[in-house]
Amino acid sequence: MKYADEFRDPTAAKALLARIADLTDEIGATSEKPVHIMEICGGHTHAIFRYGLDKLTPDGVEFIHGPGCPVCVLPMARVDECVQIAARPEVIFTTFGDAMRVPGTKTSLLQAKAAGADIRMVYSPLDALELARRNPEREVVFFGLGFETTTPSTALSIQQAAREELTNFSVFCNHITVPPPIKALLDDPHMLLDGFVGPGHVSMVIGTHPYDFIAQDYGKPIVVAGFEPLDLLQSVLMVLQQIRDGRAEVENQYARVVPEHGNPVSIAAIADVYETRPSFEWRGLGEIDHSGLRIRAKYSPFDAEEKFGIGYAAGERSVQEPEGCACGAVMTGRLKPTGCPQFGKGCTPEMPLGALMVSSEGACAAYYQYGGARAVEPAE
Amino acid sequence: MCLGIPGQIIAITDPARQMAMADVSGVRRAVNVAPVLSGAMEDLIGKWALIHVGFAMALIDEDEAEATLQALRDLGEAQEALEAMAQGQKALEVEA
Ligand code: SF4
Repeated sequence: MKYADEFRDPTAAKALLARIADLTDEIGATSEKPVHIMEICGGHTHAIFRYGLDKLTPDGVEFIHGPGCPVCVLPMARVDECVQIAARPEVIFTTFGDAMRVPGTKTSLLQAKAAGADIRMVYSPLDALELARRNPEREVVFFGLGFETTTPSTALSIQQAAREELTNFSVFCNHITVPPPIKALLDDPHMLLDGFVGPGHVSMVIGTHPYDFIAQDYGKPIVVAGFEPLDLLQSVLMVLQQIRDGRAEVENQYARVVPEHGNPVSIAAIADVYETRPSFEWRGLGEIDHSGLRIRAKYSPFDAEEKFGIGYAAGERSVQEPEGCACGAVMTGRLKPTGCPQFGKGCTPEMPLGALMVSSEGACAAYYQYGGARAVEPAE
Repeated sequence: MCLGIPGQIIAITDPARQMAMADVSGVRRAVNVAPVLSGAMEDLIGKWALIHVGFAMALIDEDEAEATLQALRDLGEAQEALEAMAQGQKALEVEA
């Protein structure tokens, strides 16, 4: 963890922290009765732990770590399906490195690669496209993963593949969208939430209006935030100000990057290539209505689910989470990572049992990396 | 993969595919600029963009680029992105 003195602008950080402390008092929030602020994005979760913002802010402010890490909410069945596709001899399976260690029912992609499958880590779907051009005799499949930040990249890549009439490129689409799980969480009677810090880079694509329902229908404040510690502190302050004033609005702290209406080219590409699935499974959260995307019929030659007859194209599937894993409870904020019996024992970043331990943006991995591991060291 | 990394557009490489060369922390990487294209492609040369998995998603100014890069370095995400780029390059070179 860092101290405010080490921030890029320590004076500004300290001033923000002082105002946050005052407002917390003014609202009457205490460690027994805190305000619960959910940061939706996994990047924010990581930044909060990295900079120790959870410790620098008063006890009356409690961060709840949201479902915004796409690797963490990837269901085991989808990993199994990746492994299944990758096992085909004609396939070159391409993926972001982040997904390599996510455990499937039997193996992760990393283990499948070690066992001989042609699995390649790429930086971009553009690399997968290039592989398809260079290897016309092979089937190149890209594992499309992520929220609205990465969705435009696969949409634009599929459009490009269509223009080039590539017949050996397809996407295994696991793109998910941010607003539906937020709605699902707000509908959960167990959930205690007073406000949100909204994702910066997702909002850069979709703009701020998709969050209107949070303010209008649920009466909760949301502030779209950047990634620097000062951005996050400023955004927490803005949420607290709304709570004090009894306001519920969508505010944009990150306007220097996030346009109100998002990125038109990306929005158009997503709408052209993808449609909403009736429901999609989230690890730890279950099926959530209208929360996932699939490739439209007009692009079906580029849909790996159609091409290989797997996934939702194959009909009913059942998934069990590993024994003793509390990912669901952690994901919904009902349990702290350290409250999971597996934390630091059966589940570590090196040998993850649950997906929240895999990515540095997962709450369990962030806890573990930045001091939470101490909680499991045996007492001397 | 979720956080964009700032890069400077230094050349247009394939206008038909809307591809440009970007300098990301000293590493050269081919990027697609379709999302930030509003006029002539050449106008982008010298501009800074937030690059997400190979796509320039938003134009930013140089100060914002510097501040974002610093935050990403602090988080270890800058290094992660650069390694991913190197891996992507390697994936293309592996013999089928
Ligand atoms: S410690 Fe591991 S098993 Fe437990 S909730 Fe976290 S990721 Fe899941």
